[in-house]
Amino acid sequence: MPQRRFRSLSDDRLKFLLIAPTLALLLFIVIYPLIRSLVWSFTDYGIGSNAAVHYVGLRNYSKVLSDGNTWLRFQTTGKVVVLAVALEFMVGFGIALLLNRHMRGRGVITTLILVPMMLCPAVVGMFWRYIFDANCGVANGLLVIMGFERVEWLSKPGPALVAALVVDVWMWSPFVMLISLAGLSAIPKYLYEAAEVDRASAWFKFRHITLPLVAPLLIVALLFRTVDTFKLFDMVWILTYEGEPLMISAQIYKDAFRARDTAVACATAYIVLVIVIAVSNIFIRYLNRVQLKD
Amino acid sequence: MLKAWSIRIAVLVVLAVFLFPLYWMVLTSLKSRIDVGTSPPQFVFKPTAANYAKVVRKVTRTYDGRVEVGPSDFPGALCNSLVIGALSTLAAVVLGTLSAYAFSRFRIPGKGDLLFFILSTRMLPPVVIVVPVYAMYTAVGLRQTHLGLVILYAAFNMSFAVWIMKSFIDEIPREFEEAALCDGYSRWQAFCKVVVPQIYPGAAATAIFCMITAWNEYVFAMVLAADTPLVAPYRIVNTQVTTSGTAFEEIAALSIVFLLPVVIATFLLRKHLLRGVTFGIVK
Repeated sequence: MPQRRFRSLSDDRLKFLLIAPTLALLLFIVIYPLIRSLVWSFTDYGIGSNAAVHYVGLRNYSKVLSDGNTWLRFQTTGKVVVLAVALEFMVGFGIALLLNRHMRGRGVITTLILVPMMLCPAVVGMFWRYIFDANCGVANGLLVIMGFERVEWLSKPGPALVAALVVDVWMWSPFVMLISLAGLSAIPKYLYEAAEVDRASAWFKFRHITLPLVAPLLIVALLFRTVDTFKLFDMVWILTYEGEPLMISAQIYKDAFRARDTAVACATAYIVLVIVIAVSNIFIRYLNRVQLKD
Repeated sequence: MLKAWSIRIAVLVVLAVFLFPLYWMVLTSLKSRIDVGTSPPQFVFKPTAANYAKVVRKVTRTYDGRVEVGPSDFPGALCNSLVIGALSTLAAVVLGTLSAYAFSRFRIPGKGDLLFFILSTRMLPPVVIVVPVYAMYTAVGLRQTHLGLVILYAAFNMSFAVWIMKSFIDEIPREFEEAALCDGYSRWQAFCKVVVPQIYPGAAATAIFCMITAWNEYVFAMVLAADTPLVAPYRIVNTQVTTSGTAFEEIAALSIVFLLPVVIATFLLRKHLLRGVTFGIVK
């Protein structure tokens, strides 16, 4: 006969005990700090300074919102998000179409392509610094072999943006590929066979069979990639020697820890938070719909 | 026939493009200082193991030209990464599995909202969180401690652990536990004796994912720890710049040692990667 020690523990008590530690940890690490920083965003607090803290009302917010620099950082962030995600979808979905067939070693090939996605972004950024080095980098080496001019990749804003995009696409196209492959391999074969009987064109098959059936999964990938690219910080920060493209995360970091203008950083962070919550909400609503279908 | 060949070649080209940076990292790690700084870059060169020796040995040249050899701080950094990663993973997987079980099996008021609150903690940019956490950790003395990073990474991995473990537990039929309950087991005993044995493989995969996330983390480590405790990514990125420029050959060798376990783990996880990267939403 099993022990009855826990008999007295009703399901109601048990489920509370099971969830409480998780929620307590998240309250301690996420919610409490967020409340603290909300309070700071209305003051003139600076990290590490012993000066008295004063309430300044909405001054930080009006400063951030009227500051041309912040606006520029948001524009850079938007540019990186749109370009990186678009490229990742083209490359990732393209590779998935290529790999979606019977071939020897498919499993190994897929896993090998997925490796970059699993690596440490900071270390990846550090090594790509060498690849994009103006003098001894292999990127310029290949350009010279092909008869092009050398490019100062990491010291000029335009080329640095291209470099950051190349690294992000290298890391994250495999993510889109992985999800697309799952969608593609779930499409029943007979749909294509039926289309074959009707002598449908390749484009027709792609447009009316492949795309609609993969779309729900592609949207999951799109939302994950959008939110993650918006958060992008360490890889680009390290790759470009803390220079351009400076995204909004980098601006918050600089304000908080370099300029010691913590209150302004908190105000910017809250504006970012509102954007992230808005995007996450779209995400969450969509996921709710997907989950209900299961 | 021609089509099959062109596809083979296209696949090989894709593979070559994606693996080239890693291949280049391996070559760089085997080069001497001079070969690394040459332009155009060398594909053929005389390989050296000196950079790998620097993983464990620190060679410094004093001002009067003497060469001093001492132990390197990199093995210690790897150790710190391992310990912090393992403890935070243990916490995240255990607490996450318990919560996932509750979310999977019980009627909980506001369950959907709670689950999505948990997921939303992963959407926040780390920089937004790190500023107030820095101040809070300074106040309670958790900054520059192993424990501070362990707590942080456990919280950071919690959303992942809850969501993916819930997807694994959802797949186990409730009837097994109900049968156990009828046999006189308590709910807790049913969980331990019926559910736990079945979720081992899933929990193991989850643990590897959490471990990789903690192992790879840089922003929190940079702000909250810097060099105490020194973790491996911070050590690699902050490898000292020598008089002859950044020692990319040394960075490459350290990176290979640091990245290799993750590459191996990727192959171990290959069946779970899809579920892993989508938090269990896509199986």
